[in-house]
Amino acid sequence: MAEATFHVFRGDAKGGDLVTYGVPVTEGMVVLDGIHYIQAHLDGTLACRWNCKAAKCGSCSAEINGHPRLMCKTRVDDFKGEPITVRPMKAFPVIKDLVSDVSWNYRVNKQIPPFTPSPYDPGPWKMYPEDVERLFEFRKCIECFLCQDVCHVLREHDGFDRYMGPRFMVRVAALEMHPKDTLSRTDLLRGSGGIGFCNITKCCEEVCPEHIHITDNAIIPLKERMADDYFDPWRSLLRVFGKKKEPRGT
Amino acid sequence: MADWYETFEHDVLVIGAGGAGMRAAIAAVEAGLSVGLVCKSLLGKAHTVMAEGGIAAALGNVDPRDNWQAHFIDTMRGGKLINDYRMVEIFAREVPDRVYELEQWGGLFDRTPDGKILQRPFGAHTYPRACHVGDRTGLELIRTLQDKAVHSRIEVYMEVTLTWLLKDAERIAGAFGYRREDGRFVLFRAKAVILATGGWGKVYKVTSNSWECTGDGCAMAYDAGAELMDMEMVQFHPTGMVWPPGVRGILVTEAVRGEGGVLRNSLGERFMERYDPKKKELSSRDVVARSIYEEVRAGRGSPHGGAFLDITHWEPEFIKRKLPSMYEQFLKLANIDITKSPMEVAPTVHYVMGGVRVEAGTGATTVPGLFAVGEVAAGLHGANRLGGNSLGDLLVFGKRAGEHAAAYVGGLRAAPQVDEHQAEEERTLLQRPFEGDGQENPFGLHEELQEVMSTHAGIARTGEGLAQGLEKVGALQKRVEGLRVGGSRLFNPGWHACRDVRFMLTLCEAIFRSAIERQESRGAHWRLDYPNQDPQWGTLNVVVYRDGKMKATTRPVPQMPLDLARLIQQTA
Ligand SMILES: Cc1cc2nc3c(=O)[nH]c(=O)nc-3n(C[C@H](O)[C@H](O)[C@H](O)COP(=O)(O)OP(=O)(O)OC[C@H]3O[C@@H](n4cnc5c(N)ncnc54)[C@H](O)[C@@H]3O)c2cc1C
Ligand code: SF4
Ligand code: SF4
Ligand code: FES
Repeated sequence: MAEATFHVFRGDAKGGDLVTYGVPVTEGMVVLDGIHYIQAHLDGTLACRWNCKAAKCGSCSAEINGHPRLMCKTRVDDFKGEPITVRPMKAFPVIKDLVSDVSWNYRVNKQIPPFTPSPYDPGPWKMYPEDVERLFEFRKCIECFLCQDVCHVLREHDGFDRYMGPRFMVRVAALEMHPKDTLSRTDLLRGSGGIGFCNITKCCEEVCPEHIHITDNAIIPLKERMADDYFDPWRSLLRVFGKKKEPRGT
Repeated sequence: MADWYETFEHDVLVIGAGGAGMRAAIAAVEAGLSVGLVCKSLLGKAHTVMAEGGIAAALGNVDPRDNWQAHFIDTMRGGKLINDYRMVEIFAREVPDRVYELEQWGGLFDRTPDGKILQRPFGAHTYPRACHVGDRTGLELIRTLQDKAVHSRIEVYMEVTLTWLLKDAERIAGAFGYRREDGRFVLFRAKAVILATGGWGKVYKVTSNSWECTGDGCAMAYDAGAELMDMEMVQFHPTGMVWPPGVRGILVTEAVRGEGGVLRNSLGERFMERYDPKKKELSSRDVVARSIYEEVRAGRGSPHGGAFLDITHWEPEFIKRKLPSMYEQFLKLANIDITKSPMEVAPTVHYVMGGVRVEAGTGATTVPGLFAVGEVAAGLHGANRLGGNSLGDLLVFGKRAGEHAAAYVGGLRAAPQVDEHQAEEERTLLQRPFEGDGQENPFGLHEELQEVMSTHAGIARTGEGLAQGLEKVGALQKRVEGLRVGGSRLFNPGWHACRDVRFMLTLCEAIFRSAIERQESRGAHWRLDYPNQDPQWGTLNVVVYRDGKMKATTRPVPQMPLDLARLIQQTA
C-alpha cells in the first residue's frame, strides 16, 4: 500500500518541532484521516480538534503545506505524493500540537450587540425570499477562524486589540442587514471594531471554506454604511436622536 | 476543601451545549438562576451543528391541512406506538411556537413566496412540515441559540468533560470531570443537573455521528441510578455516503428524498415501489433502510454495497440552491457531481431513540434533581424517529427541562452537600491509564467494540447473535482495566478515549440486554428470529437499571386516552 509522509507539528506553548510519520494511503483519504491514523496507531497523544468530518463545524482548521485549510476537506491525493506538513493556525497561541487557543474570538463575539427586533413587532413575521437570501451567505459561517488566521492586521501586525477581524465583520453584516433588526452598530465598527484597519486585500476571502465574499459583500458595504452615517448630516442626526435605522440596499 | 481540583457552583448545571442544552440553559437563566453550561468541544461545534434537513413543526404554511393532530398521528405511528403519547402531544402542540421563537431571536429560514417560513416534505410526514435553511438547519439553530446564550448570564465552560454525577444521598449534588486542555480536575456543585449530552452513534463503525457521541450522559445517569429505556432502538438512516472509504457514514440528508430524489438498485429499478408503493422514498427511515439492506442481500446492490440515490432529473441550479452542502460534499470528497450522476448510499447509524427514562412534561429522571433532554432522553420517538423531529425535540423539551429544573431548585429546602470521596474515587479511575503495566490501546479497544456492535447489533439481529455480542462486550469490559496511555494530561486524546470506552461499554451492554429482551420486530429493532410485530410487545417499553449488576425488564407504555386513540384509529 502506498504511504504518505506527514510532518506534523508537535509541541506546546513552550515550543516544538515537526515530527515525521508514515501513513498508509486509502482512496479518497483526507488529511484528518491521516491525523486519526497517527493517533490510533502511532501516537495517541497527538492533539487535534474535529467534530463533523464534513466541513460543517469549523473545528479542524490547520495550516497544511502553508495554507490555512480544513483538514477534513483537504484530500491527501491533492498533494500527489509530496510530503504533507500540518501546523496549527499561526495567528493564535498554541495549546498543544494542532490545537490553538482561539478564546480571543469568543471574547470579541461577546462585544457585538445582539439581534434586536422591535418589541412592538412580535411576529410571526413576513419576510420575503429576497429579504433573507442575501443574508444566508453570512449565516453560512462555520466559525473556523481561518479568515482570522490569515488577516494580516491580526497575523502580521498583532492587531488583536484594534480590529475584530473578518469573521466578525461577517457577523455584524448579518445583523446590520437583517430586515427586522433595529440597532445600529456603526459606532462599534468605527471604534473597537476597527473596520478602518481593513484595507481590502481579500486574503480572508480566499481561505473561506464556505466561499463567503467577506470583503465584497460584508466589509465594503459596512464601510459604506459607516461613511454614510458619519458624513451624511441627515443620517447622523437620525443617529443622535436614536431613530430606527433605515433599510438600505447594502 | 481539597486543592487538587477547581470548584464552581451553580444552581443549575447543564451538561451539553447542543440544541437541547443551550435551550435548557436559556430557560433556566431566564428563571433567574445561576446557570453553568459545560461542553466537550468549543461552543457552537456540538453535534447539532451537523443537522441538515429541517425542524418539523405543523405551521401549515405550505399545506394548510397540517396541524398538531396530524403531527401527533405521524409521530406515534412512526414510533410504532411505543412512544410516550404525553410527550408526543406536548411536542406536537408546542413546536410551532418554538420555531417562531427562534426567528424572534434572529434565526432565518427559507421563505415561501408570500413571506412565511418555507416547509419541505420528509419521510412519513403526511404534509410538508420541515422548516429549513437549505441543508444547514442545525447550524442556524445552534448559532441562534448560541447568540442568545452569549448575551445572557450563562457561564460557559468549553472543552470540559464531566464523567461522574455527585450525589447527596439520593439527590443530585453536582458533577466531576476534567478540562480537556490541561487535564485539570473540575468539580461543580449544583442543586440540579440537566443532561443534554446527545447520543452514542460512535459505538458503531459506520455512523454519521461526531466524536462527541459516546453517550457519556446516558452512562453517567445509569451509574447514578437512573433507568434507561428502549436502548435496543438504534436508528439506521437509509442514506449515508459509502465511497470512498474515508467518507463512509457521512450523512446524505433526507432532504434529498424530500426534494424528489429517487432510489434505484443495480438493475435500475425504483425498488421502493416494491416495499412501500404509496410513500416510496418518503417512507419512514426503518422501512427505507431495511429495503436497501434487502436489495443488497438479494444481489442487486450498488458496487460498494448500497443503492443509488438520484436527483439528476432536477435542474443543476435548483439542486445547488436547495442542497448546497450536499453538492459541495460529494464534489469535494467523492469526485461526484450530483447534478449529473447519482449518489451511492447505504444505511448508517444515525440516531438513538432510547436513552434516559424521563417524566413526560418535565424531563425529570428517577433521580431527584437530575433531568435529561434531547437525544439522551427516551420516550418521544418510540421505535423510530421521523426526520425533523429531533431538532423540534431539543427546543420544546429543552425549554421545559430548564423551567422544571428551576422549579425544582426553587422548592429545595436545603442545598445538597458534595461528598469529596466520590470525586476522589473518580479521580483514581481517571488516572489509572497512566499507571501500571497494562497494554490495551483505547483506540484499539474502541475499534473492537465497534466491530462487535456492527456484527451482532446491526440492522438485522438474531437472539443467538445478540447473546454472542453480549458475551464479547463482557470480555471487553474486563480488558478495560488494562488500558494504558503515554504522555501527560495536557490535551491528550488517548487519555480522553480511555474514559469514553468505559462509557460506551456500559451503553453497549444495555443495548444488547434490551435487544435480547424485546422478542419481536418493531421499528428500528429487526429480529430475524421474530420477524413480525407482536401486539403484546406493543404495550411495553424495555427498561434497564442497576441492581448490583445490569438488569433488563419491561414497563407498560402509558395508555392513550380515548380521544387520542381514536385519532390514530381513524387514520389507520
Ligand atoms: C448529519 C446529521 C444530520 C441531522 N439532521 C437532522 C435534521 O435535519 N433534523 C432533525 O430534527 N435532526 C437531525 N439530526 C439529529 C440531530 O442533529 C441530533 O439528534 C441532535 O442535534 C441532538 O442534539 P442534543 O442537543 O441532544 O445533543 P448534541 O448536539 O449531540 O450535543 C451534546 C452536547 O453534550 C456535550 N457532552 C457530551 N458528553 C459530555 C460530557 N461527558 N461532558 C461534558 N459535555 C458533554 C457535547 O460536547 C455537546 O455539547 C441530524 C443528525 C446528524 C448527525
Ligand atoms: S481584506 Fe481586510 S479582513 Fe480580509 S484579510 Fe485583508 S485586512 Fe483582513
Ligand atoms: S467567514 Fe469563512 S473563513 Fe471566516 S470563520 Fe466564517 S467560515 Fe471560516
Ligand atoms: S471536522 Fe468539522 S469542519 Fe472539519
